[in-house]
Amino acid sequence: MKNAGELLAAVLVLVGAVICGISAFGLVRLPDVYLRSHAATKSATLGVVGVLAGAFILDWISSGTASFKLLLVIGFVFITSPVAGHLNGRAAYRSGVPLWENSVRDELKPVLAQAEPEQTAAAERDQR
Amino acid sequence: MKDIVLNISMGVLALSILACLYRLLKGPTPSDRIAALDTIGILLLSMIAILGILLGTKDFIGIALVIGILTFIGTAALARYIERGAVIEPGDDEERR
Repeated sequence: MKNAGELLAAVLVLVGAVICGISAFGLVRLPDVYLRSHAATKSATLGVVGVLAGAFILDWISSGTASFKLLLVIGFVFITSPVAGHLNGRAAYRSGVPLWENSVRDELKPVLAQAEPEQTAAAERDQR
Repeated sequence: MKDIVLNISMGVLALSILACLYRLLKGPTPSDRIAALDTIGILLLSMIAILGILLGTKDFIGIALVIGILTFIGTAALARYIERGAVIEPGDDEERR
């Protein structure tokens, strides 16, 4: 039983690390801030949560008590990493970083132009 | 067997951090660099968790938690700086918009 648990945890850690590697590969190879942010945020979150879940199981097996702090780290990463990616993407869009030339859809542009012309003006006034 | 798998995972995570470092140095826009920094922080967090398992101690988990919190706050502050040109603005106390 102990061996089965260790095997499961080792597989979780390895799979999580490989997913992190794929995500870093996407961060290098993809052409655009927004696509790179997708790779960096979503798959890195999955990989890191896998690694931390494996570490949690290994820690539980070796020490006999579950570590609440590690659960807290898992929950924290799971919540804040997509939020950070969203903040970064919104800042990039509002600061005028162009989309990839082959992107076919930009659903935010008409919404922004329709919803907040006066807010954009206010933002420009604030900038001055 | 467990230690071998954990060491291989540490190597894979280190290579991932190197790839993020390439994007951090080269990235055309500041947003690329912020995304790379965020990813580096999260990968560092998982490496520290694995290191704690390898060394057989629970003391590193608190360090991992602090690194996660600092990474999130740093990314939020940097994104705000990119978007508005300042992290804390003079008019922040009043009701804005």
